[in-house]
Amino acid sequence: MKKIAVFLLCAVLIFTFAGCSNSSNTQSQKEDKKVKVGFIYVGPIGDGGYTYAHDQGRLYLEKELGVETIYKESVKEDKAEVEKVVEDMIDQGATIIFGTSFGFQEGLLSSAKKHPDIKFLHCSGYETAENMGQYFGKIEQMRYLTGIVAGLKTKTNKIGYVAAFPIPEVIRGINAFTLGVKSVNKDATVKVVWTNTWYDPAKEKDAAIALIDDKCDVITQHQDTAGPQQAAESRGVFSIGYNSDMSKTAPKANMTSAVWNWGPYYVKTVKEIMDGTWKSGKYWGGIEDGVVDIAPLTQVAPENAKEAVEKAKEDIKSGKLVIFKGPIKDQTGALKVEDGKTMTDDEVWNMDYFIEGVEGSIPKK
Amino acid sequence: MTSFLHATIIAGTPLFLSTLGEILNEKAGNLNLGVEGMMLMGAVAGFLAAKGTNNAFLAILCSILFGCIGALIYAFLTITLRANQTVTGLALTIFGSGISSFIGQNLSGKVVPDRVKYFLSPIKLPLLGDIPFLGKVFFTQDIIVYFSYILAFAAAFYFYKTRIGLNLKAVGENPYAADAVSINVALYKYVNILAGGALCGLSGGYLSLIYVPAWQNNITSGRGWIAVALVIFAAWNPCKALLGAYLFGGLDIIGFRIQDGFISKYFLDMLPYLVTIIILTLFSFKRSKKNSPPKFLGLPYFREER
Repeated sequence: MKKIAVFLLCAVLIFTFAGCSNSSNTQSQKEDKKVKVGFIYVGPIGDGGYTYAHDQGRLYLEKELGVETIYKESVKEDKAEVEKVVEDMIDQGATIIFGTSFGFQEGLLSSAKKHPDIKFLHCSGYETAENMGQYFGKIEQMRYLTGIVAGLKTKTNKIGYVAAFPIPEVIRGINAFTLGVKSVNKDATVKVVWTNTWYDPAKEKDAAIALIDDKCDVITQHQDTAGPQQAAESRGVFSIGYNSDMSKTAPKANMTSAVWNWGPYYVKTVKEIMDGTWKSGKYWGGIEDGVVDIAPLTQVAPENAKEAVEKAKEDIKSGKLVIFKGPIKDQTGALKVEDGKTMTDDEVWNMDYFIEGVEGSIPKK
Repeated sequence: MTSFLHATIIAGTPLFLSTLGEILNEKAGNLNLGVEGMMLMGAVAGFLAAKGTNNAFLAILCSILFGCIGALIYAFLTITLRANQTVTGLALTIFGSGISSFIGQNLSGKVVPDRVKYFLSPIKLPLLGDIPFLGKVFFTQDIIVYFSYILAFAAAFYFYKTRIGLNLKAVGENPYAADAVSINVALYKYVNILAGGALCGLSGGYLSLIYVPAWQNNITSGRGWIAVALVIFAAWNPCKALLGAYLFGGLDIIGFRIQDGFISKYFLDMLPYLVTIIILTLFSFKRSKKNSPPKFLGLPYFREER
């Protein structure tokens, strides 16, 4: 008897709640005609790096278009987890969803098939669908520009590069950086060490210390923490940051940073979707769209660097300067890209070798 | 080579401090898996204090204090309420990392003030620092490193040469027997667990104030777990823990210095864990009493149940 009573009570409660949430949902949807945009992040927005940069873009979007946004931090790169977050966001009324990490791809793709009326945009992947597009930025253009700064600054002609994992995205950045260095300083080499971490401040600092002990006097990085900047600061050498402007973390060392600037892209895309002109596809924006940028040069940057950087920046914008253009040789000296030829986007995207001037090796599988 | 060994000592010091903290816990019969959490609490508290007061001494004190608070939660739950130690420890880790992210959410990328940094920068010891090679490696370090040398020997003295050390051992091996000879089991457990928490907090503070010295979310990146493994590696001996911590610290960073295809980076990364497994296996073969864990490790003590 008691059990039945409890069961009935539960049933009543569940139905009332379900009823409530349903009615309130439809009400809110009718009331606000505002577009709601959801963001799924891989890290915390306070990481001062990758996710922070995306979140700045989200805030910019809110300010520019007056749309409402919701976000979820530190989402695991796991299909079921992503699907759950997507469902939750759609429940809250989101009609456009951005997923900012490579590992969200599968989850977003299956959600996209399930919800054809919702638009999905995925960062740094390759799968597309009718209602799912891809986007990423040509950060290597900025690597090239920061390479110019490093090449002009170095006295020992050895530049240290603290790299995360041997994947094309990172390799591409190292090669572009080296080309930038070479464009102003033929004698300099770029020494690479792998940390196999995205996020371990102490270890990444140690990696930079090892490079400095090896006579490198400029340090740059492809990581989500500012550990390498701290190493340069404590040893009195110079550094170049990544993701966001890192000049405040290492005021005596930092010369500039290669930064993401997602705001303009988010505004452009959401506007297109609202206007109904958006089409699915792969977006790979560069400096000409303002998706990537170089942070203002600080006082410790070499004096002649500003001019050189500005000039190269303009040339990239106008298309006069293409970064991966022949002749490009690999580490063994073999010609990879013939003189005058430019690499296709696909070739650049899948680069898996170091060019001449890089010291270090890519671990083989 | 000198610079590598110098960096090794620094990399090993936070590992040693938290390992010694965990040894204190386990000697008292409590398996505390909350090391990572206590480290993070200490790290964020120390950093905040450094930012707020500009005083290195207060910053370190705050790290220690917050480590203690973490340990107090654990101690209350496991000793007084006799909760499951494994679960409580894991909960403490999750709690510690959560609260450090919460408090530190607006601190990301901020740097320790120069005055604090200056006070905590390496000091060359007179005489000892002039010894060729060794002086550079061991005696041109910051004060926490010197403190950790002393700590290793002080702890060894405490465990093996004093009456209270012997009593502590009894508490860990057989609290019923210890209680029977009127050793206050709960008091011993509380004091040692809190001291252990203090060391873990200090270890976190070392990371955020001296090692990195800037705030980043989840600054420990799993070092607390390595400490738990190191306790077994060191066979609950503080001096071996010091050596083990330097070995693990060195292995962690050696990859950056010998990278050119000599040994695979991935192999080096797994080496510390591999060594731990091998040592564990060897210990279990040998079955020596000296190297075995305290008998009552992980078990709650109920006074009434005899």
